[in-house]
Amino acid sequence: MTVNDNNEAADTPLRVVVISAGVSDPSTTRMLADRIVTGVREAIATDERSVAFRYIELRDLAVDIAQAGIGALRSSRLDEAIGTVAEADGVIVVSPVFKASFTGLFKSFLDVLDDDVLLNMPVILAATAGTPRHALVPDQTMRPIFAYLRALPVPTAVFAATEDWGKTDALKPRVDRAAGEFAALVTANIRSSVLQRQSGSYQRTFDGAADRSGSMAELDFNSDLMRLAAGGAASLQSHPRE
Amino acid sequence: MQFGIFTVGDVTQDPTTGVTPSEAERIKAAVTIAKKVEEVGLDVYATGEHHNPPFYTSSPTTFLAYIAAQTERIMLSTSTTLITTNDPVRIAEEYAMLQHLADGRVDLMLGRGNTAPVYPWFGQDIRQSLPLALENYNLLHQLWHNDVVDFEGRFRTPLQGFTSTPRPLDDVPPFVWHGSIRTPEIAEQAAYYGDGFFANGIFWPMRHFQRLIELYRQRYAHYGHGTEDQAVVGVGSQIFVRPNSQDAISEFRPYFDNSPVYRGGPDLETVSEATPLFVGSPQQIIDRILELPEYFGNYQRQMFLIDHAGLPLKTVLEQLDVLGEQIVPVVRKELESRYGSHVPDAPTHASLVKAKYGDDEPRQPRPNPNRGDNVTGSSPYQDSDPGTPAVLPAL
Repeated sequence: MTVNDNNEAADTPLRVVVISAGVSDPSTTRMLADRIVTGVREAIATDERSVAFRYIELRDLAVDIAQAGIGALRSSRLDEAIGTVAEADGVIVVSPVFKASFTGLFKSFLDVLDDDVLLNMPVILAATAGTPRHALVPDQTMRPIFAYLRALPVPTAVFAATEDWGKTDALKPRVDRAAGEFAALVTANIRSSVLQRQSGSYQRTFDGAADRSGSMAELDFNSDLMRLAAGGAASLQSHPRE
Repeated sequence: MQFGIFTVGDVTQDPTTGVTPSEAERIKAAVTIAKKVEEVGLDVYATGEHHNPPFYTSSPTTFLAYIAAQTERIMLSTSTTLITTNDPVRIAEEYAMLQHLADGRVDLMLGRGNTAPVYPWFGQDIRQSLPLALENYNLLHQLWHNDVVDFEGRFRTPLQGFTSTPRPLDDVPPFVWHGSIRTPEIAEQAAYYGDGFFANGIFWPMRHFQRLIELYRQRYAHYGHGTEDQAVVGVGSQIFVRPNSQDAISEFRPYFDNSPVYRGGPDLETVSEATPLFVGSPQQIIDRILELPEYFGNYQRQMFLIDHAGLPLKTVLEQLDVLGEQIVPVVRKELESRYGSHVPDAPTHASLVKAKYGDDEPRQPRPNPNRGDNVTGSSPYQDSDPGTPAVLPAL
């Protein structure tokens, strides 16, 4: 797991990844993402930290995601996108609402992530729709998935219906509140703090996207399964052919 | 360096003719392919194991014993033997028997199996497949290395005073390879026992196995079996060859496009660029194989899949001709010259006997007499260790 060291120099930009599942270009989904990015940048700036944003437009990876989803070869650009997410300090996810839920493409992307990619990751949940009747989509359909992934979605989700774009500052208070909650988690290095404290208590994917350090040091050779692998012996030093 | 053929054992419709071979035809074709492996000068033939259609390979030792009787030289192996749903006692008995009949030309590769319904058919649960595999192999190892075994584990009926018969040929068990895609515990088990590790690269990007093999090599050295580059690694690839590269691609494409594992994914060119599926002229395939040590290190066994997805027997035999005449001799010479003398060959029965006994005569276990109730009492063999007598279960 690549995580920021708590003592990392304060001038290293925080890495925030924006995952947008919009389908048109430009899309209202991307417009909402941009509003949130602005809010996050301002909120983080008040802590005298800088932040670098990376965008992942899922439409550009649609075929790669579908192929990976059926167990076929995973493309290197999809791997790279997932690696970018794994190394982030925080993630902003924005999906349009199709048929009363996030899009299939959005879920398909989550489906091909290893379960440990978003462990303790601060996340802003956001969705766009053509009608305010879908306003609970971020809280009622997105939030449970991020709970499963043991991410840390901030308490305030952001939803934008078409009419919100015609009102003066209809979105800004919610965007700013979500951004403030997010900035507090990200600048406090909550993710790396929890991972360091809880190291070993999560099921991890060997050599997965969240495990790119290339070191064997984090493998626990004292786990029950590893001890069983080594003949069930209590001591790893014992030799079967002595 | 050993080169061989491994098969999944699928019975698949030929997409170019619409003809599905019968099980009878496919089994006879497999026999023809296995015998041809010896004829063209390759070293190993390995069969899969499945317990459901469309596969014919439910009984590997029966099949391999027949091949053993029809060949003189090749090693007979598996790809893979299910260490989860098979009783390790039956594996110990059947493969020891096969080893005797084949004069030692036997090793086996263990795998867990990922067909979920097979587990309950054999009284197991796929969700426990990893601890099941680890425990079963610990028992198998004991059964092959000890005349008398007492065992109690999570998954199997306990054993008391049990002797697996026949004892392995020359009291030297068949060499074992452990196959795994991404499970560090399997690499650890292979390393702990000084066994081989097999990376079936098919379907996976070339770099996929690097870290797992690195783990296996480090732990092999950690447990004192040798240096990291003396660890025993096998690699699986898939090939389709024709004299002309374009002919190879166009002839293979319908098999690729209709393959149960490749269809719906990226196209042939993309997969063959990214994974060890090599389709082309003999020289192109030689060049691609010679890239493999960059990803897998100095490995000692190279296996090829050539009869997948409905390819007809005639075509498979042509693949073997080209492998034996044009590809393997070149690759063998090049890789062996690269490796240097400190990288040992994969073990054979002869090398394992030599390692255990040196110039002494191998042990030949002779049972003690039947005491009248079909068992030999507390000492199964005339030379069994008196320090570990068999204590049979109370009736």
